[in-house]
Amino acid sequence: MALKLDDNIFIAQLDGLASWVRKNSLWPMPFATACCGIELMATASSRYDIARFGSEAMRFSPRQCDVMIVAGRVVMKMVPVMQRIWLQMSEPKWCISMGACASSGGVFDTYSVVQGIDRFLPVDVYVPGCPPRPEQLIRAVLDLQEKVQRTGTINAREFRDRDHYEGPTPLATELPVEELVVAPGNYRTGTRLRLN
Amino acid sequence: MPLEAVAQLDDAPEREFLYTLNFGPQHPATHTTLRLVLTLNGETIVKAVPDIGYLHSGFEKLGEDLDFNQYVTVVDRMNYISPFANEVSWHTAVEKLLDIELTPRCQYLRTILAELARISDHLLCIGAAALDLGGLTAFLYAFNEREKIYNVFEAASGQRFHPGYSRVGGLMNDITDDVVELVRHFVRTFPKAHSDVVRLLNRNRIFVDRTKDVGILSKAEAINRSVTGPIARASGVVRDLRKDQPYLAYPELQDTFKVSCATGGDCLARYLVRMEEMIQSANIIAAAVENIPAGPVNVDLEDKLTIPDKQATYRSIEGLIQHFELFMWNRRWKTPINEVYAATETANGELGYYIVADGSGKAWRARTRPPSFIHFALFPHMAEGHQISDVPAILGSLNIIAAELDR
Amino acid sequence: MPAYLDVLNAKFPNAFTTSAFRDNQRVQLDAETAPRVLFPLLRTLKEQCGFDMLFEVGGIDYLHYPDAVDRYCVVYGVLNTTTGERLFVKAFANDPDPVLPSAVPLWEGANWMEREVFDMYGIAFTDHPDLRRILMPEEYTSFPLRKDYPLRGHGERHNFQHLTRAES
Ligand code: SF4
Repeated sequence: MALKLDDNIFIAQLDGLASWVRKNSLWPMPFATACCGIELMATASSRYDIARFGSEAMRFSPRQCDVMIVAGRVVMKMVPVMQRIWLQMSEPKWCISMGACASSGGVFDTYSVVQGIDRFLPVDVYVPGCPPRPEQLIRAVLDLQEKVQRTGTINAREFRDRDHYEGPTPLATELPVEELVVAPGNYRTGTRLRLN
Repeated sequence: MPLEAVAQLDDAPEREFLYTLNFGPQHPATHTTLRLVLTLNGETIVKAVPDIGYLHSGFEKLGEDLDFNQYVTVVDRMNYISPFANEVSWHTAVEKLLDIELTPRCQYLRTILAELARISDHLLCIGAAALDLGGLTAFLYAFNEREKIYNVFEAASGQRFHPGYSRVGGLMNDITDDVVELVRHFVRTFPKAHSDVVRLLNRNRIFVDRTKDVGILSKAEAINRSVTGPIARASGVVRDLRKDQPYLAYPELQDTFKVSCATGGDCLARYLVRMEEMIQSANIIAAAVENIPAGPVNVDLEDKLTIPDKQATYRSIEGLIQHFELFMWNRRWKTPINEVYAATETANGELGYYIVADGSGKAWRARTRPPSFIHFALFPHMAEGHQISDVPAILGSLNIIAAELDR
Repeated sequence: MPAYLDVLNAKFPNAFTTSAFRDNQRVQLDAETAPRVLFPLLRTLKEQCGFDMLFEVGGIDYLHYPDAVDRYCVVYGVLNTTTGERLFVKAFANDPDPVLPSAVPLWEGANWMEREVFDMYGIAFTDHPDLRRILMPEEYTSFPLRKDYPLRGHGERHNFQHLTRAES
């Protein structure tokens, strides 16, 4: 073939190939904390059978997974754990926030529940519902597949420029920083530090 | 703090060989969100320190902020594998506080649905326990039956998972004949699925060997440690609130069920008790569903306790006024300034609510007596001295539900 | 009059009051007497009146409650497992440092339930073998179920680091 191809055309096609391969075997890491976790189990069991979409291989080791499904509410004690698990997953990785609680706190607007995990983690797909029906979760997996196909690159360049906060506007805290009781969690060691 | 467990040990001669294993809070065999710090000597558990609170979401504080009907949404999420049983329990307490006598139809419907919830709870418990011990098939069978129960709840209330179906003095709406048909169908097909699970597990060498004589709880210890429900009955404490203080429609259904109990007190005994309870529950449902009394499902509108339905709200001035009264935050119910405790027998044990009322339509304090919390406190007692591979068997037989554990 | 009341009246004259509502029977100890009487009273109930199971321990905060005298209350529910009879013992305590004797020497089941009361209300239990927070993080300094603590907290729940996609 005497055609002279630009480098970028070549890369674009490989990007598409890589994304196509990736999207059809998204292995979920079920970060199931509460009720939504049971619906996640129902999605995996015989009636709904998420295996039809290549996502049945739930692995509880973050190292082996591509997509973290946060199913259920996340509370203060759990945030550092969640961030640590997210950091342990290898690239490329995505995050589905399943259910009202994980997305916004849901009915639990209380002192200990985080009002949406997107305040602390980058989230790719939100699933509404309390709990979402299994069909909705499957839809979310399909949406994520589409997102992977559209934006995916072979060396994960698309993540590099997402270096800013993507969550909702931070809530005004009611106390000045120096009076806050629980200081920023250190996700690298999975613990919290006291400020004073 | 729990990581210092080794340091707390006495100067055991083999102390230098001990090591600490962190189990959870995100671990496949816990199924829920809890953490164990195990001090091991080789494979043997020397000391187990549970660490909980990874799902503490302030349920009880919310109970002080929401009124008696709104809080149903939240109690649903407490023991989330049998949500309707929680609703029944909460409203039993509220109705005791307000001194409401339910209509016979409502009593029967609540009984049937609560028993269905019990079956679905036991199914998940057994399925998940079998899954951890290597029997995936039983899990799939159990989930298949659970889907049928979900169908019943969906047909009755519109939500398959968290029905939110009960209201003070009645139910959200009456059921249709479809629901009765679905329940009948479930009762007809359930024995087959049950015997499938029995055949998969009861004589399965691996399952039996891993559960027999593991995690023994004696009768005296069960009483000393406040245990109720199937776990206590597997240790020979024959107490069942459905027999002791029959509530709802149980007084009329006494002949249809027996209390299942065992004396072994090990994981196998707990499994067998749960299997037998499912059969008894199916008997209750079979008898109750054929005898649902006719009549209204809510107590009389005149009593100013129940939410009027759409028809009454939009077509009559009394209905409209009452709807308004029950939904204005400063009106609602007039409660006595007093406190009350009421409990029902749920799948996990005695689920009770201690309500302190201050005269307004909200609870001053809505304390839950959570069976999972009390049962998880047993874990160190049961696990110490066993092998680490017995941990999933013991956890599976305790049926810990994190949302109920931490609230 | 229930049989246990005779026993209690003989042993602790004038130390407690009783009340009842629906089918709940209650024995109350005010903040003055509770630290002294609660433990012997529970022991008498266990050893002489047949209440062999402690099925419930829960805290209540009566701050601004109508006609309340003492602020905190711990409710002990005891059950006779042969007859099914139930009784609630309410022991009151007050600021600044509410303290009550622990029931763990009598019933092992009280262990976690008392820890929860301590976690939520800050009521300390003397002689408790392992009194530390159970549900909230250990760094936490408030007692969330007290009436003067707001439902949404003081903003502790938002005080964690944020991870952006590029750095994770
Ligand atoms: S969104 Fe609803 S079902 Fe899901 S965890 Fe929250 S309360 Fe439970």
